[in-house]
Amino acid sequence: MVVDPLPLQTFAELFPNGVSRYAVGGLLVGLGAGIIYLGTGISAGASTFLESTLSYVSDRSRFRRYVGSRDWRLVFTFGIVLGAAIYAATLGDAWTYTTDVQVWRLFGGGILVGIGTRIGKGCTSGHGVCGVGSASRTSLVGVATFLLVAIGVAQVVAAMGVSP
Amino acid sequence: MAAANRHPAFMPLILVGGLIFGFGLAYSHMARPEVVLDFLQFEDFGLVFVMFGGAAVTGLTYLVAPRLFDRAPLTGDSFERRLKSFDRNVLVGGAIFGAGWGLSGICPGAAYASLGVGNVTILWALAGMFVGAYLQGYWRSRDSARDAAVAGTRGDD
Repeated sequence: MVVDPLPLQTFAELFPNGVSRYAVGGLLVGLGAGIIYLGTGISAGASTFLESTLSYVSDRSRFRRYVGSRDWRLVFTFGIVLGAAIYAATLGDAWTYTTDVQVWRLFGGGILVGIGTRIGKGCTSGHGVCGVGSASRTSLVGVATFLLVAIGVAQVVAAMGVSP
Repeated sequence: MAAANRHPAFMPLILVGGLIFGFGLAYSHMARPEVVLDFLQFEDFGLVFVMFGGAAVTGLTYLVAPRLFDRAPLTGDSFERRLKSFDRNVLVGGAIFGAGWGLSGICPGAAYASLGVGNVTILWALAGMFVGAYLQGYWRSRDSARDAAVAGTRGDD
């Protein structure tokens, strides 16, 4: 039996699916945000869309502030959906995937994501990609906070036997 | 910037940027909550490459853009980095977001992409996100209205 050298074994344990899909995907995410910034000076985040879209149906002052940007945020989000659909149609699995994560986790987690990203001034794209790219100390602290709490919660939920 | 005097290429550029962004999210498998949960449970560390791969490209763009143009060509706005003020909200909101992300394995951008790859079940997460965003907006609009009333003439920020 041929045994892989230790560094290769460790690598395979840390990255059972390799790294190229993640690295290439990440570079594309950065490229998408980058060309928008290059053309417009806008640092595009994904979670503001939630509030800006609510301004179409609610007069609350908190949402009114996004009236000026709500149309392009709708287009940006539509682009994300369409881009992912193009992936599914070409390199992906032609829309056969659906998640097995339980509905209560998706809905309950979604509520917390909606509250937290808007109070915390950003999500994984605003803080994680654009903010970290800006070397913003606020974003680095934000990312560290949500990453640590997410790891803790996911581990506790898994330890309680919930899967997936 | 008023919608009426936008550059004609503004919306097309936003759309193309969104397309690449969404394609990348799907390509990286971030549109699958299972993959994110695997990361959070230390079973596959690939997500690190997505976030920092993305941040490396935007970081380069933040560096290069002001050297290429005086102002953003399509808006005339100056190039600024994404800097937000730090306060308690960043910690409180970050912790609430983290709890939701750890519970569901999905974040806003990845949820839109997940819908694109045909995962209709993710509508539960999207519905939750809208409910959450509405709740915090409801509370905070009420708080700022009350603060404004206390302060007399001061309006909402």
